[in-house]
Amino acid sequence: MTETTSPLLRVRDLSVTFPHHGHTLTAVDGVSFEVSRGETLGVVGESGCGKSTMGRALMRIVEARTGSVELAGVDLTTLRGRALRETRRRMQMIFQDPISSLNPRRRIADIVAEPLDAWKSAAGAEREATVERLLREVGIDPALHGRRYPRQFSGGQCQRISIARALAMRPELLICDEVVSALDVSVQAQILNLLEDLKAEYGLTLIFIAHDLAVVKNISDRIAVMYLGQIVELAPAQVLYDAPAHPYTALLLGSALEADPDQPRERTVLQGEPPSPLDPPSGCRFRTRCPDATDLCAREAPMPRDVAPGHRVACHFPRRRAD
Amino acid sequence: MSDQPLLSVRHLSTTFATPAGPLRAVDDVSFDLDAHETLGIVGESGSGKTVLARTLMGLQPRLNVEVTGSVQLAGHEVVGASTARLRELWSSEVAMVFQDPMTSLNPVMRVGRQIDEVLRVRHGMDRAAARARAIELLDLVGIPSAAQRYRAYPFELSGGMRQRVVIAIALAGQPRLLIADEPTTGLDVTIQAQILDLLDTLRAQLGMSVVMITHDLGVVATRTSRLLVMYAGRVAETGPTGDVFRHHRMPYTRALLESSPKLSNAPHTRLAAIPGQPPNLARVGPGCHFAPRCDLASDRCREVAPALEPTERPDHLFACWHPLRTPSETPGASS
Ligand SMILES: Nc1ncnc2c1ncn2[C@@H]1O[C@H](COP(=O)(O)OP(=O)(O)OP(=O)(O)O)[C@@H](O)[C@H]1O
Ligand SMILES: Nc1ncnc2c1ncn2[C@@H]1O[C@H](COP(=O)(O)OP(=O)(O)O)[C@@H](O)[C@H]1O
Ligand code: SF4
Ligand code: SF4
Ligand SMILES: [Mg+2]
Ligand SMILES: [Mg+2]
Repeated sequence: MTETTSPLLRVRDLSVTFPHHGHTLTAVDGVSFEVSRGETLGVVGESGCGKSTMGRALMRIVEARTGSVELAGVDLTTLRGRALRETRRRMQMIFQDPISSLNPRRRIADIVAEPLDAWKSAAGAEREATVERLLREVGIDPALHGRRYPRQFSGGQCQRISIARALAMRPELLICDEVVSALDVSVQAQILNLLEDLKAEYGLTLIFIAHDLAVVKNISDRIAVMYLGQIVELAPAQVLYDAPAHPYTALLLGSALEADPDQPRERTVLQGEPPSPLDPPSGCRFRTRCPDATDLCAREAPMPRDVAPGHRVACHFPRRRAD
Repeated sequence: MSDQPLLSVRHLSTTFATPAGPLRAVDDVSFDLDAHETLGIVGESGSGKTVLARTLMGLQPRLNVEVTGSVQLAGHEVVGASTARLRELWSSEVAMVFQDPMTSLNPVMRVGRQIDEVLRVRHGMDRAAARARAIELLDLVGIPSAAQRYRAYPFELSGGMRQRVVIAIALAGQPRLLIADEPTTGLDVTIQAQILDLLDTLRAQLGMSVVMITHDLGVVATRTSRLLVMYAGRVAETGPTGDVFRHHRMPYTRALLESSPKLSNAPHTRLAAIPGQPPNLARVGPGCHFAPRCDLASDRCREVAPALEPTERPDHLFACWHPLRTPSETPGASS
């Protein structure tokens, strides 16, 4: 994975904290990564590990405590006012709950036009034509459905509408946070295929956050695995699944429920639950659930390092490929 | 053990009176479940899984709901049974675990007390015995430091721990049948795997049968012995789990399997999505409910609903006018 061009997104040492009853909750803890233009980066991890907060920090929906986020060389974390808004429109985010993210009192066509109206970038016939094109692109018939309200649509259709709205400003980066998690498999497949099609057509770069490992593998070029606010492993999708180097990744894969009756039942399932981010373990944060943990792991936090080109892992004792 | 199945369901239908007309959420469902077996019921949202589960329990309200057919549970008829009779069944034969543990737990009562109460009210235990048994049950479902957690309120526990408490309550009456409706939906994969393993261990240990209801084929693939695929209130296909996965005959079963992303797929594998969406049950036509989304549909499919028919195996049945052929001729059936 050698990159000739500079990455579209460059994230350095990003941390997000929240005040919590007089304590500090570190939701995202010093994550660094890059995303190339046209690439899909998957982000997986158990609930509460900071996936959504990281996505929201990239969008500056929440403020980072430390770190920088560069989009095409422009540091978003230092921008203010108009300059921030201008840069931010090049990034869009879509969320899990498709129905509640749409204003119930607005018609579908007006919802899709919201960004156009906000930026006054199209009006009258041009606005109408843009909305029609966007709706058609996501598989909604504008003539039949454009004047309807969100509640008249299924979850999958509402997610299509959210995607159309996100595409209205022709963003370069689309952050998808659990966008198919609430959908039935048949509809989930439609949306995943739609995202792939739109990505090709618009030259989009995707950050795809989800807890379903199979879904993430199906859509991603590379995958970041998060645990208690940190990226513990980052690798090309196939490598991560074939040869997970971090014990957490291996156990997460072992817990995956595959729609395959021939999958061996005697897999190692990850036991216990993640500790509270208010009081993370010393040293390696995974050590309280790690079967490979030693004294060193309790004393020293492992630094991220490359075990192969493009394969980064934060573990004192990374696992090697079995063969 | 008698040769009768533990649960025998025949021509079961549940119809709601709605402003838009009658809505048949469960439509002529029949199946058997033997002792110690796990039956998986899979279907997409709105296919009638929860209504079926509640009907099996006798939990449907009497107003605006018509239940026809028969549910024989350990020799007792559930359909039309009196509330007193149902209470007896609920305290000894059958228990249910719902998707959202918060809806089945009292938010302002310590979890231990909630188990106590079931033991005292339904099983006539005294306070001390109930408390001891409650802690035993919390321990049985894998709650660490059970004696301490006995005093916890539901909000102090994680989603996974709450679901374990709900399972403990369900086990209080030592039921012969446990009906679990999406018991792990919304939980992390790691917690899902833990809870499903727990249910299977308990089934074997306590000699229960389990009905496992889910929209997720991954949940049923390795943890059920039999499978029933539902579409729009009807049984699309049913049989031994392995046979349904590998030798399915009904196009919807195939579509469901092929649209599921797999870990073994290479990145950017195009999924075989099913066009359209499940029908509105208040407005379904006379024929096969899958016809509007089925690429094999003919006029006959649109006019007459196919009945369940056995394959070469008497316990593997499907409902389709144009069944997929043998697995070798079925694209995508083997992998
Ligand atoms: N009390 C009721 N009155 C009218 N219709 C109802 C009632 N309960 C359920 N239904 C309808 O019955 C159908 C089946 O619903 P059910 O909740 O069983 O689906 P499900 O398969 O459990 O779906 P999910 O996966 O979303 O839980 C739906 O069309 C639903 O709207
Ligand atoms: N606005 C907030 N205030 C306080 N804590 C928060 C807030 N948002 C998220 N958190 C906490 O930050 C951690 C990470 O949360 P989140 O990013 O939502 O995780 P994920 O998306 O991986 O499930 C959790 O412990 C969560 O409770
Ligand atoms: S550093 Fe130690 S505790 Fe952490 S994952 Fe590696 S082996 Fe396990
Ligand atoms: S009966 Fe017809 S429409 Fe229904 S699944 Fe079979 S081929 Fe398709
Ligand atoms: Mg989240
Ligand atoms: Mg349900």
